[in-house]
Amino acid sequence: MNHILTILIFFPALAGLMGFLVDKKSIKPYVVSITLIELFISLYLWYGFNSAEIGMQFVEQANLIEAFGVQYLIGIDGISLFLVILSTFMTLIGVVSISDDTEDLRELLLTILFLEMTMVGVFVVLDAILFYLFWELSLVPMLYIIGAWGGNKRVYASIKFFLYTFTGSIIMLVGMLYMAYLYYQASGTWSFSLLEWYRLQLPLDYQIWLFVAFFLGLAIKVPMFPFHTWLPYAHGQAPTVGSVILAAVLLKMGTYGFIRLSLPLYPDATVYFLTPIAILSLIMIIYTAMVAYAQKDLKQLVAYSSISHMGVIILGIFALNPEGITGSIFLMISHGIVSGALFLLVGVIYDRRHTKMIDEFGGLASVMPRYALIFGIMAMASVGLPLTIGFVGEFLSLVGFYKYSHIMGIIATGTVVVGAIYMLSAYKRTFFGKVVNSENSKLSDLNLREYLTLIPLTILVIVLGIYPKPILKPVDESVKAIISLMHQKAVTEEAKKIIPNIKIGEEARK
Amino acid sequence: MIEPVSVSFESLKIATLMPMLLAISGGLLILLIDLLKSHLDKSIYIVLSVMFILMDLGSVLSLELNSRGFFDVIFIDGIAMLSQIVILVASMLFIAFAFASNRFHEYQYPEFFALFLFMTAGFQFMVASDNLITIFVGLETASLSLYTMIVLHNKDKSFEAAIKYFTMGAVAAGFYAFGSMILYGLTGSVELYKIFEVLEARNFEPMILVIVSSLFFIGAFGFKLAVVPFHTWGPDVYEGSSAALAGYISIVPKIASFVVVMRIFEQLIHSGVDWIQGVLYAVVVITMTMANIWALIQNDVKRMLAYSSISHTGFVMSAIMIGTTQSNSGIFLYWIMFAFANLGAFAMLWASRKRGIRYHERYDHPFEKFAGMVKLMPLGAVMMGLFMLTLAGIPPFSVFWGKLYLISSAINANYTGLAIIMALNSAIAVFYYLKLVIFMFLKDPVSSLDGSAYMTNASISLKVVLGISAFFTVVSIFFVNPILEMASYFVAMSGF
Repeated sequence: MNHILTILIFFPALAGLMGFLVDKKSIKPYVVSITLIELFISLYLWYGFNSAEIGMQFVEQANLIEAFGVQYLIGIDGISLFLVILSTFMTLIGVVSISDDTEDLRELLLTILFLEMTMVGVFVVLDAILFYLFWELSLVPMLYIIGAWGGNKRVYASIKFFLYTFTGSIIMLVGMLYMAYLYYQASGTWSFSLLEWYRLQLPLDYQIWLFVAFFLGLAIKVPMFPFHTWLPYAHGQAPTVGSVILAAVLLKMGTYGFIRLSLPLYPDATVYFLTPIAILSLIMIIYTAMVAYAQKDLKQLVAYSSISHMGVIILGIFALNPEGITGSIFLMISHGIVSGALFLLVGVIYDRRHTKMIDEFGGLASVMPRYALIFGIMAMASVGLPLTIGFVGEFLSLVGFYKYSHIMGIIATGTVVVGAIYMLSAYKRTFFGKVVNSENSKLSDLNLREYLTLIPLTILVIVLGIYPKPILKPVDESVKAIISLMHQKAVTEEAKKIIPNIKIGEEARK
Repeated sequence: MIEPVSVSFESLKIATLMPMLLAISGGLLILLIDLLKSHLDKSIYIVLSVMFILMDLGSVLSLELNSRGFFDVIFIDGIAMLSQIVILVASMLFIAFAFASNRFHEYQYPEFFALFLFMTAGFQFMVASDNLITIFVGLETASLSLYTMIVLHNKDKSFEAAIKYFTMGAVAAGFYAFGSMILYGLTGSVELYKIFEVLEARNFEPMILVIVSSLFFIGAFGFKLAVVPFHTWGPDVYEGSSAALAGYISIVPKIASFVVVMRIFEQLIHSGVDWIQGVLYAVVVITMTMANIWALIQNDVKRMLAYSSISHTGFVMSAIMIGTTQSNSGIFLYWIMFAFANLGAFAMLWASRKRGIRYHERYDHPFEKFAGMVKLMPLGAVMMGLFMLTLAGIPPFSVFWGKLYLISSAINANYTGLAIIMALNSAIAVFYYLKLVIFMFLKDPVSSLDGSAYMTNASISLKVVLGISAFFTVVSIFFVNPILEMASYFVAMSGF
């Protein structure tokens, strides 16, 4: 298992290149099997992962630009492990969901393979420049997917998506270069290795500026209020598979970046900005939930609900205690599964009726009972009903945040109700009542391809909702390591007070 | 009775002159062949040019570092070596464009190739000297050859371009002469190292004259490098020249000018003439930003590339303003990386040139020409898209590493504000590069066109050049370290 991470990153890209040789008719089975293999490799990674061990595992290192300190440094801990598995799993689901009569099927499928490379890359690299490299590179295939297979305003949506994220992240790049410069001044060598950067203690005023630079890049990707305006367009115009991958994985890059970069590098600045960010996330949760309620388009509704839940994830991260961060990571995974499934479900109905307007539907439960059942389960999971996957993460995030601030914790919990309102009302309008529109009365229920994508997701939603421990355990260990690092590194009194001092590894067992 | 001047042949060190002599004799040989037997096929001239440039390159590589020769007017320091290598390699790749499939007017003249070799020699003189007069001679040799080569394209637009370039170039030459005159008047020398010795000894007094002469130099090289506000000739000249030559103009003359600017201004900046640094700062920021904004609204790919290369020039000029060893080696890293991407982009335009087909009454390469290219010519579209993303600075393609290094050098020299301006400009630039990508990949083809136009001019050698550039831009991550080490070594050797 020496080079398993390298294989995991570059296997899809290599297979994508080889894919140009595969005949058009057999391209879908080819890509499905590639993504299946990739999923098995990532599961094998989980099998080989030692959750008792602290720190990075499967580390590989090689010099790329020695004179400038850029390294090929990759490795995973409990946090990235599950995001990698989420990426490979959702890519497989997305690929299976594509119907055979899509135009330019080969280009679409091979683009997804390249996208998979960049997604896995972002989650496993431990070198800032390489992180930026995969982060930016992921924009290109997504631009193509939205722009070539999207709706009417696809070109506008894809450019907006690209420019927004690019502008934010290039500011982050300046921050990274500044960080490297500070590291150079402190140690005398150039390095972009995150593991080296973790050891660097910075005074508060430096931290604040760097935190802001990183925040811009990460917040636009998440997307946090008020930088969220690109996302509804991107979702609204993207083809189903694009929305699935965008919501399930690409948005997680931003929140992952907060945990991997901002928190451990700048603990004091994190505490300094805690209240403003918490307020922003609260606004984000409530405002986008209200906007979601006002939507007439089912897909836009799912898109806004997706933003709203990202707000809970941010809140969990900035709780700065193990419950909050572990919960938010679990919520990332559950949000990936649930919002991915919801976009698939919207795609199902769109394929049949070529409209996404809620008004066009009504009484679908009697026409498509199985579809209605799965949609119902996913809607409940999205709302955060206990015993579904959505509950665990949301509960832990909110509990974590309640520890930091009771008032804001209570407000945040209240917002879950708002989430229930729009989801349930949309469900009611779509599925209950009488079939008003005669076109709806002849719709066929799910077909085999749709079962293949939706059933695994449904099983996961329920199984992980009842028994989340296999994921929570390893994540928790890595989160504790990050928090204890933050506590050690903090320079201000306030940060030392807010970030709990956690014993990890050998010390904890004594 | 004056003593007869006796100079021993050894003391001339003719070897330092050898590279330029080779290029010039190559040009003369081509003219001679034409005299003896005219109407030969262009291929003989192309091959001869390539061979002479190769020999030239060989003799450059065998030069001794930090040596002077030929009455001490030739000065081979690190940056002279490095820039000559860049100039020669780029020239070699560009001359391969002459193997175009279509018959083009200029390549039927052997004089074109002779001029090309003279021009190369001129640029080499420019970079391999710190004598103001030799630099001037090199500058004019190269420029006059270039004007003529542009006009050989024999289109109305190219006459316009050549006249415009010539007039502007004449003004620039005048500025250069005035600037040198003042420095000579102040110090009694035309050799830069002596000039700065004298100036430093009296603490740059009278300051006003030093400033006036630097202003003249900024004007002169502002024209040559096409930095705002001296850029106005740029887009028209690019448009009037053939795509192959436009690509050449965007790379080789500029690296030669960068070297001279580095020689003249580094000393001034480091000796605390703040005023000059301020002016340069303004020029850099304005060039980067304005050229980017103008590029946004162009309807023609070639004009867009022209403005974008002005913006890239501004980006690199910032390194001269910063003036650390890191930034100066960054210039070479950036320019080598940029050269390959730009080479590829212009080669794609050159390949898509089809005589007799007009896509637009005003422009040769309107964006519509490339609409839906991916459906008609997938490989070509992927190549062009690759070069556009590279120029936009998307990692891991080549230009990104140049940008990374230059932004980093700005930060390291405490120019954080400049670093952010550079970063934001990269974000603006993405928009116009993406515009072409969007036309190629996301729009439908214009119905009246078939795919035949796109690669009609592509010969084998052109495809090879395209392949080389594409390969280099993709795997550039592995070349960054060696180039950086070499550039830092040479730059540090020359004391910049």
